[in-house]
Formats: sequence, C-alpha cells, structure tokens
Amino acid sequence: MLTLQGVEAFYGSSQVLFGVDLQLEAGSVTTLLGRNGMGKTSVVRAIMGILPVHAGVIRFAGREIQLMPSYSIARLGIGMVPEGRQIFPNLTLRENLLAAAANYSGSSEPYDLDHVLTIFPKLGDRLSHFGNQLSGGEQQMLAVARALMINPRVLILDEATEGLAPLIRAEIWRGLNILKQKGQTILVIDKNLDVLLRIADHHHIIENGRVVWSGSSARLAADDALQERYLGV
Amino acid sequence: MLLFLEQLLNGLQLGVMLFLMSAGLTLVFGIMRVINLAHGSLYMVGAYVAATVFLHSGSFILGLLAAITAAGLVGMLVELLVLRRLYGRDHLDQVLATFGLILFFNELTVIIWGRQPLFMDVPDLLSGTIEVIPGAPYPSYRLAIILAGILVAAFLYLLFNHTRLGMQIRAGASNREMIAALGVNIKLLNTLVFGLGALLAGLAGAMAGPILAVESGMGESILILTFVVIVIGGIGSIRGALIAALMVGMVETLGGFMLPALLRLFLPAATADGAGASLASMSVYMLMAVVLVLRPHGLFPVHD
Ligand SMILES: Nc1ncnc2c1ncn2[C@@H]1O[C@H](COP(=O)(O)OP(=O)(O)OP(=O)(O)O)[C@@H](O)[C@H]1O
Ligand SMILES: [Mg+2]
Repeated sequence: MLTLQGVEAFYGSSQVLFGVDLQLEAGSVTTLLGRNGMGKTSVVRAIMGILPVHAGVIRFAGREIQLMPSYSIARLGIGMVPEGRQIFPNLTLRENLLAAAANYSGSSEPYDLDHVLTIFPKLGDRLSHFGNQLSGGEQQMLAVARALMINPRVLILDEATEGLAPLIRAEIWRGLNILKQKGQTILVIDKNLDVLLRIADHHHIIENGRVVWSGSSARLAADDALQERYLGV
Repeated sequence: MLLFLEQLLNGLQLGVMLFLMSAGLTLVFGIMRVINLAHGSLYMVGAYVAATVFLHSGSFILGLLAAITAAGLVGMLVELLVLRRLYGRDHLDQVLATFGLILFFNELTVIIWGRQPLFMDVPDLLSGTIEVIPGAPYPSYRLAIILAGILVAAFLYLLFNHTRLGMQIRAGASNREMIAALGVNIKLLNTLVFGLGALLAGLAGAMAGPILAVESGMGESILILTFVVIVIGGIGSIRGALIAALMVGMVETLGGFMLPALLRLFLPAATADGAGASLASMSVYMLMAVVLVLRPHGLFPVHD
C-alpha cells in the first residue's frame, strides 16, 4: 500500500536518510523502530512531503508521491500524528478536529466529531478548550483524533505515547487497538517494544538512516541479540 | 461640546478607515510573516478605480465594486509574483522589494491617470446630513463609512471564528506545516488571505475618494498610521487592529482639536496653538510608545 525504495534525504548539506526501504501492507500495523536520532521522524517527514526527497521513490495508492506537496499527499489518504503532537494552540479542541476534516479515503462510514469521540471519550468534556489549555495526554489523543478526521487510508503515529503517564498511554493504546480491529492501516513509531510486539504485525529497524532489519513480531520477539544491538533493550 | 462630539465621530470615521487598512496588513504580517509596504498602494488602486468608474458610469456602487475587485485581484497578483518569493526571507529584503512596489505603483498611476489629482463627488444619496446628535448635523457619507466599518468587522469576525476557512487560516498562522499535512492547500489560502486584505484596503481607498484628493502617493500617509495601528493592536490580531484603529483615529482627531485648547489654559494663545499642533502630530506615536512600554507585544499579542 505504501512503499519506500532507496529514499535519501538531507537537512541542508548533511544527509539523514541513506536509502530507506520500507513496506506497509494494507490493513496491517507496522512499526519503524530504532534508537534516538536514527532517522525515524525524518522518514515520516519524507513520506509526508515535508522533508524533500533527493533520491528514491515513495509509492502510495498506485502513485509516486515523493515530489508531491504535503497537502496532496494528505488528500491521497495519509494522516500524520506528528512527533510533539503539534496541536493548533489558538484553536479550540473542536476546531482542531473540524478545521481540516474531510473524507479523503471515500470511506462509507467516515469519521466525524461524534465518531472520534467514541474512540477517545475523554475529549468530549474539553471541546471548547483551546489547544494550549489541554494536558499532554489530551493533546495526544486530540492529535490522533485530528488525523482520523481526514479519514486516512494510512495513519502514521510518531511517538504518540512519549512523555505520558502509564494510564494515559494505555488509553492511547486502547484507541489504536480499536482502529486495528476496524482494519485501519497503521505505521507506528514508539519506544514501547513490548506493547508493539503484541499490537503490530510487522517491524522495520532503522539505523543511521537505513532500514537494517525487517520481520514479523514473532521473529523480533525471539531475537534478543537483535533487540539489544539495534534497540538497546 | 457639540464640536467635541462631532470630532468624536470624525475620530471614529478615521478609525474605521484605519481598521480597514490594518486588518489586511496585520493578517499578512501575522500569518505570512512578511512586511508589505505596498499595502498603501492597494488603497491607492482602490481610490483611482473607484473615482474613474464613478466618473464614467455615474454609479458610486459600481465604482465601489470595481475598486474592491481591482484591489483584490492586484493584491493576489502581487502575492503570486512578488511576495511569495519573500516568505521566510530577511525583513530587509521584504522592505526593499515592497518599497520598490510602491514606486512602481506610484509611477503607474501617473502614467495612466496623469499628475493631476482626481476629485470624486460624494454620491447623491449620501450627500446630505443626518442629526445623530441633536443640533449637530453630520455628513451622512461619513456615517456610511462608519457603518461600512462595522459591517466589515462583523464579517471578519464571522469569517474567522465561525467558518472552516477561518479555522484553517488561524491554524495556518500558528503551524503551516501541520495544516498542510492535514490536506489544506496553504499556499492557495495565503493568496486568498492576501487578496482579502487587498480588497479591504481597496475598499478604504474607494471610500476615501470623496474625502481626499485621489493622487499618486496617497497611500503612504495612511500606511504609516496603519503600521502604528498594527503595532499597538498586536501583530496578527484583527481584534487588536480594530481597537487600536479606533484609538489611533480618536487620538489623531481629538489631539489636533483638544491639545491647543488645553495648552491655552496655561500658555499665551500663539504659543499654545503652535505647541499644541506639534504635540498633536506626535500624539499617536506617544500613544504607541506608552502601549509598547506597558505591553511590548501590543494590546492583543498573538500567542506563539
Ligand atoms: N531540522 C533538522 N536539521 C538538522 N538536522 C536534523 C533536523 N532534524 C533532525 N536532524 C538530525 O537528523 C537525524 C535523524 O533525526 P530524526 O528526528 O529523524 O531521528 P529519530 O529517529 O526520529 O529520533 P528520536 O527517536 O529522537 O525521535 C538526527 O541526527 C538529527 O540530529
Ligand atoms: Mg523522532
């Protein structure tokens, strides 16, 4: 559904991605793992058209998207939950959800306000609060809900549980499980390997801007040496 | 006392003009982070087009519509051809490039309309006076300007706070990258915002036509006050622009009227008039200084 081949990218003159290969099957939950600074967020930004791709191909929904502007990529059906949440602070929670809402995947049961609130009910009491008045957990749930409101074919989550208390994390994972049950295709970046081994089907490990290992949950779970070498666990 | 009330209305009317000018400028400055000195040129375009169409067709409404259309289109063209290249560049580059645009537009109006100023009549329907304050008839045209300002303020309020387009514009002002990643064509949105600001400047110019001489360079004097307004109001804030425009309009109008009178209380008349006039011309800048000392980011600072 989404494929990266030999993707290279730079920040200024310093190269950050050195030929990334990655595949996402429709309906699967796939991870991108790796230690700090290895290039996970850069991969997301490259997919999203935010970080220019210098070489390589990104295919999505039968199109090459690596030269498209961000908004076209989103309209083809990629929804991003960015690192750091990036909630609009000057919009209310409700406005954050509604500002860009659309049914880009042409879903027959598109997400709307009521529907996303059933996945994250806690957001329901905060609808008229401004983005900068929300707690970290609320902001994070909002970031996921906001991405769902464009009805993406693929949902990408970059560190969606970072810096959250365990209970709030559980809330996010619960939300993702619901989405998974519904058949949502998801690419997830996170540090909680044990949860990911349960929830995800397929994993990629990135090191210094290259994908160095790909495989199933079972294979990754069984390989302690691999985990230690690339993930430091 | 009647004179004072009349001056108050004059101040309100100047405030409305300044609001129309500053709404667009503060948006462009706040959202695209670009300093556009040529905003006054769009005001001038509005005035010239309104005067010309009014002269030829005899219809003020037609002149007004032509003016806002022309200013809006010229604004979008300027955004596409020039300003778009200036986003994210140094403020000095922006000042130089848009100063160049001022010279360009001033020359262009001389080429098209000549050096003689155009004079535009007040439309017949609004040529009378109305006694808003008993005993002090006030020109209905100036009241119409005040009314237009109220309508524009209401329109902008609804647009920004109660439409999806408004939400997207506000979202884009705080995080362009994120709103684009949600499928919003932010470049197009910026062009539209710029067009809207230009249209309002054109409206101000068209309405100023019957009050001022329509001439090359007429945009510069109001531009300076407009910058004072957006600095006082807080760059990027429409609400701030509204409040600050009214404050500046009042201070500018009432200052010229009251300061000499005030000084006459303790100074010889001639000295008082002279000093009063100089103080009056400084008064809006003193207002700006006071506001900035108390609130360095203006009255309604936009979060960041
Ligand atoms: N805007 C930037 N300008 C320059 N270099 C950057 C920029 N953003 C990231 N980098 C560098 O690119 C490399 C990859 O960063 P990236 O954010 O993609 O890593 P990551 O795997 O997401 O890390 P983390 O786990 O900390 O989120 C790092 O060395 C980082 O310092
Ligand atoms: Mg990261």
